[in-house]
Amino acid sequence: MSMKIKTRQVDGITIMDCSGRITLGEGSVQLRDAVRDLLGKGSKQILLNLGDVTYIDSSGIGELVSAFTTVRNQGGDLKLLNLTKKVHDLLQITKLYTVFDVKDDEASAVASFARA
Amino acid sequence: MGGSQAITYTLESSLDSVNRVEQTAEEMARKAGLEEEEIYRVAMAVREAAVNAVLHGNSYDPEKRITASFESTADSLVIRIADQGKGLNPETLPDPLAPENLLRGSGRGIFLIRSFMDEVHFRQLHPGTELTLIKHLGTARSAI
Repeated sequence: MSMKIKTRQVDGITIMDCSGRITLGEGSVQLRDAVRDLLGKGSKQILLNLGDVTYIDSSGIGELVSAFTTVRNQGGDLKLLNLTKKVHDLLQITKLYTVFDVKDDEASAVASFARA
Repeated sequence: MGGSQAITYTLESSLDSVNRVEQTAEEMARKAGLEEEEIYRVAMAVREAAVNAVLHGNSYDPEKRITASFESTADSLVIRIADQGKGLNPETLPDPLAPENLLRGSGRGIFLIRSFMDEVHFRQLHPGTELTLIKHLGTARSAI
């Protein structure tokens, strides 16, 4: 049920591998805390790998948006990687698909970040 | 599925209740023979309605309850979620698709409910709000 987040560094980009559910309560809070933690450590180039996220609700979508704006407001960037069909469809109907920079290949996604 | 089946829960204002209501909706939609995509949509809409009731309606108040009723007929699934909060006027909700609201961190629940169900009705209670969510089984099947 709950969400797991593993972080790793690739060429100076922080990749957050998320799995499970991002919903009101557990998943949303975990995501918020993890992004806040990364920003606190100075990691502002974040690639959110959602390939193993099985479910996301409106709260989870809201958390993605909040993470995006928080990172942007601190001069960083947050991109999405490997959307499942469900998450892709949700971002489409909420018109957020064009707000986020969505990638489906990790190497090119990492390369797409502006270097400090 | 023959005949009509109905079940009603009265639950405390908690996330456990949200999960239980969502699970019940998923089981109901599966028993009704919906395809996986439609099962997911019904379950998510019902989850969003339950979240609204628990979070925005009852504000997690331990003294307040939510009521969830599920009715399955040959033609449709009808789910009613009621809270004991101060009431919700759907006309006053901001449009989450408006450019000025796109980057808001909340406010998409009712929109998703309306997107995923065939009919959504609001009824003011005293106190509280009741949402009725309807999925027409014929529509769902013919749309696939």
